[in-house]
Amino acid sequence: MSDMNINSNQTNDYAGENLADVQDFWELLKPSVMRLVVFTALVGLVVAPGDIHPFTAFISILCIAISAGAAGCLNMWYEHKLDALMTRTQNRPIPSGRIKPDQALTFGLILAVGSVTMLGMLVNWFASGFLAFTIFYYVVIYTMWLKPRTPLNIVIGGASGAFPPMIGYACVTGNITLESILLFLIIFMWTPPHFWALNLYIKRDYEKANIPMLPSVKGEPETRKQILIYTYIVAVCGILPTLFGYAGMLYGGTALVLGLGFIYFAHLVYKNDTGAAAIKAAKNMFAFSLLYLMLLFTLLLAEHSFGILFKLNLTGWV
Amino acid sequence: MSTEHPNFELNAVVQTEAQKKVIKRRNIAIGLVLGALAVIFFAATIIRLGANVADRTF
Repeated sequence: MSDMNINSNQTNDYAGENLADVQDFWELLKPSVMRLVVFTALVGLVVAPGDIHPFTAFISILCIAISAGAAGCLNMWYEHKLDALMTRTQNRPIPSGRIKPDQALTFGLILAVGSVTMLGMLVNWFASGFLAFTIFYYVVIYTMWLKPRTPLNIVIGGASGAFPPMIGYACVTGNITLESILLFLIIFMWTPPHFWALNLYIKRDYEKANIPMLPSVKGEPETRKQILIYTYIVAVCGILPTLFGYAGMLYGGTALVLGLGFIYFAHLVYKNDTGAAAIKAAKNMFAFSLLYLMLLFTLLLAEHSFGILFKLNLTGWV
Repeated sequence: MSTEHPNFELNAVVQTEAQKKVIKRRNIAIGLVLGALAVIFFAATIIRLGANVADRTF
């Protein structure tokens, strides 16, 4: 050892390495998806019958938000090679080299276990179990199993995006009821036409990554037909909360009008099948679908928050 | 291995200024998250136990 020259010029173990910044980890959580999850979960929590301490409500939403981020992070970890192939996703933290896959996996697992455990300990274990199942459904059933195999991936996999209001509801009640199932149904039926409209104008991206989305596998005419069918179904689902007495007439009337608007845009997508008009119709459909869901859930939130309830029963107004 | 060896130079990690800033931001973020967790669990304990916090026997 005494003759060994220990001198070294290599003085920087991090040489040439871009360290992941806080912002990169934040991007792994898919903040835009997280916002939608937080909003729908909040609606589920507010419309649920029963009382919940404001602090417990805050913890519930926080845990649901963190778990949504964890699911997004694990999704990005699993799909980082596919993400590198698509224009829309190639700048994400992992394919761009800012975060290593192992870092993302560890980060996602810590957040998933942490959020599920915290919800169980501080709110209730039913909601916690439901939250764990939702993460499993999104990461394993949707991302790993359905998405690379079937064009129906978004139909079945869309359930994971529809669970948050049920979880928010379960944080208050500790169970599942018809009311929370109706909230689930609205998002569940809304997801396919929403995504297929997007697929119609970014189809090539998915084809490059070899993901079997409906327009690539069954063709655009079939996709337009399916969009139309699902839009009719979601328009009906949208008014069910009022018909079952869980929401007021303000909500019901608006849901009816918005549903008709949704159907109108779906018909435009169905009719305009070539050229710039087809792209425009698909983009309008996608934009309106976002507006539709946001307005419906905002109204539910407003009705229950401010007590603007004009509940309908068979004999009239109460 | 002695640091007094004539040919020894400390092979330490030398971070660039940019890397130091990133690491500092990450440390602050981790600190804030841990602090928030401590506050959350303390607050949850007080809220759950309520008045029983003060009503204890030694």
